[in-house]
Amino acid sequence: MAADPSQPLIDVRDLERTFDVRRRVEGRRGRLRESVRAVHDLTFSVDAGEMVGYIGPNGAGKSTTIKMLTGILVPTGGRVSVAGLDPSRDRVPLARRIGVVFGQRSTLWWDLPLRDSFDLLQKMYRIAPARYRENLDRFVDLLDLGAQLDTPVRQLSLGQRMRGDITAALLHDPEVLYLDEPTIGLDVVSKGRLREFLRALNAERGTTLLLTTHDLQDIEALCDRVIVIDHGTSVYDGSLAGLHAEGGSSRTLVVDLVDEAPPIVVPGASVRRVEGPRQWLSFPADASAAPVVAAVAAAYDVADLSIQEPDIEDVIRELYSRGG
Amino acid sequence: MADAPSVASPAQHLRTYGQIAWLWIRAAWQYPTSFVLLAVGNGLITGLDFVGLWIMFAHLRDLAGFSLHEVALLYGSASLALALADTAIGSVERIGTYIRTGRLDQMMTKPVPLLVQVCADQFTLRRLGRLTQAAVVFGWACSFVDWTPLRVVVAVSMLLSGALVFFGLFVGFSCIQFWTTDATEFANAFTYGGATVTQYPLSIFPREVLVGLTFVVPVAFVNWYPCLYLLGRTDPFGLPQALQFASPVAGALTMGAALLVWRTGVRHYTSTGS
Repeated sequence: MAADPSQPLIDVRDLERTFDVRRRVEGRRGRLRESVRAVHDLTFSVDAGEMVGYIGPNGAGKSTTIKMLTGILVPTGGRVSVAGLDPSRDRVPLARRIGVVFGQRSTLWWDLPLRDSFDLLQKMYRIAPARYRENLDRFVDLLDLGAQLDTPVRQLSLGQRMRGDITAALLHDPEVLYLDEPTIGLDVVSKGRLREFLRALNAERGTTLLLTTHDLQDIEALCDRVIVIDHGTSVYDGSLAGLHAEGGSSRTLVVDLVDEAPPIVVPGASVRRVEGPRQWLSFPADASAAPVVAAVAAAYDVADLSIQEPDIEDVIRELYSRGG
Repeated sequence: MADAPSVASPAQHLRTYGQIAWLWIRAAWQYPTSFVLLAVGNGLITGLDFVGLWIMFAHLRDLAGFSLHEVALLYGSASLALALADTAIGSVERIGTYIRTGRLDQMMTKPVPLLVQVCADQFTLRRLGRLTQAAVVFGWACSFVDWTPLRVVVAVSMLLSGALVFFGLFVGFSCIQFWTTDATEFANAFTYGGATVTQYPLSIFPREVLVGLTFVVPVAFVNWYPCLYLLGRTDPFGLPQALQFASPVAGALTMGAALLVWRTGVRHYTSTGS
């Protein structure tokens, strides 16, 4: 049952998923049946050990894809194979080899202490006791969950619960880990710790990671490769730097001056907005912020500075409008 | 990677079910007072059913030709079977909620058949009260039965088959929620409705109702037919005596039909995602 190493771990070919939607139409009796394509002509493959960011605006088809990769949803066209298995046909055997974390929906049992949830999973996956203890100790240690093990899940903070969910998804040594918005709602420290953990997991165990996210920093910290999906199909597949170049995305430097001033003039950046002493300057995302900051600080009395990362939605919108 | 056999046997499913259920019992035991109160309350409430029958018999000599201890046998056996099934189905009735909250999606990513997971999820012994109360009534009624070895066999198979019939009905009718999530009342009419009907001798109903309770919602096999044999009575409707031994067949058929409906429901879910 081991995957053929010459084959990609995840292989998606011309994948299609349509939904029948019933819609009321004014002036007509009953409802009109309509077919909506959530995913179409989607082709990509992921090799074992890769860390891939799967991004796109809301409603682009990310969740639908993940559901087809896990066997929750049957495709209406095309082909999908994960670890050599057809997810919808071999859903139960495939489940042993994958881990899934849905960011906003916990897999843990609300009323049970974290430890009991993990014990339940050991039974479900039939994890060998020694292996289970080893994994549990390790993840609890790395994710700093020791003090929470006997707390009912409903009393955990969002960050603790997310770490619990990730542990839950990894106890059975999955080959692939799907993460759907893993850092949503987490504070900066928790986000950083989580990213560090995922990087280590990939480096040490070679676990393949496919994560959907709205947070470009997740991608920057973790993924060498990005697949952008919009309107149900892939519009970009490559490196993050390439995405910024292709999408013409820009970062924003927010400058708080001591006094109100006319729009700042510095090389490599242009003013987008002025509001009293505060000005917004944009510069290309693939350029360094240092020279821009230095130039502003040299020529003006600056009270405060901050940098805003490009908004993924903007990058994709740009990418899409250009691609036609 | 841990390559456990991909096809698990029904015995393994049963074991997994037991292990998951046990964890839930252990978790409930964290709050023993609440656990005991729930069980006792459940026993008292369901006990009122039988008190009602008792009061009825204070005014009647018999009910459609059945004496109090004969009705107690019918009531006790049906109630026992229902309590067993009700305990075993766990959360099946809430499958609609599971779909709405995405819990079902979570379960589909686990390597245990969905039905086993749903039935074992939130497993509770809250029916322990009903179970005890039903067992007491059934035990009392049994003391009036003229026992033979074959009657013992029929009695045991009656309880197991009855539980199977109820289990199948609960699972089967819960599957409606795969198509529409607001059908619990409709389903209850058949499941709990069927359960209520079995507390009385079916001879109080017209023949057409009995036919429905035999072939459509087969609750007559839960207690009516086998009890006729235990009590040594001829069928008031003149139906063949073979029916009095047919409960295991009815149980297996109901269960088989329910599993088929369940599979269809899951397939519908995975093909529509709603």
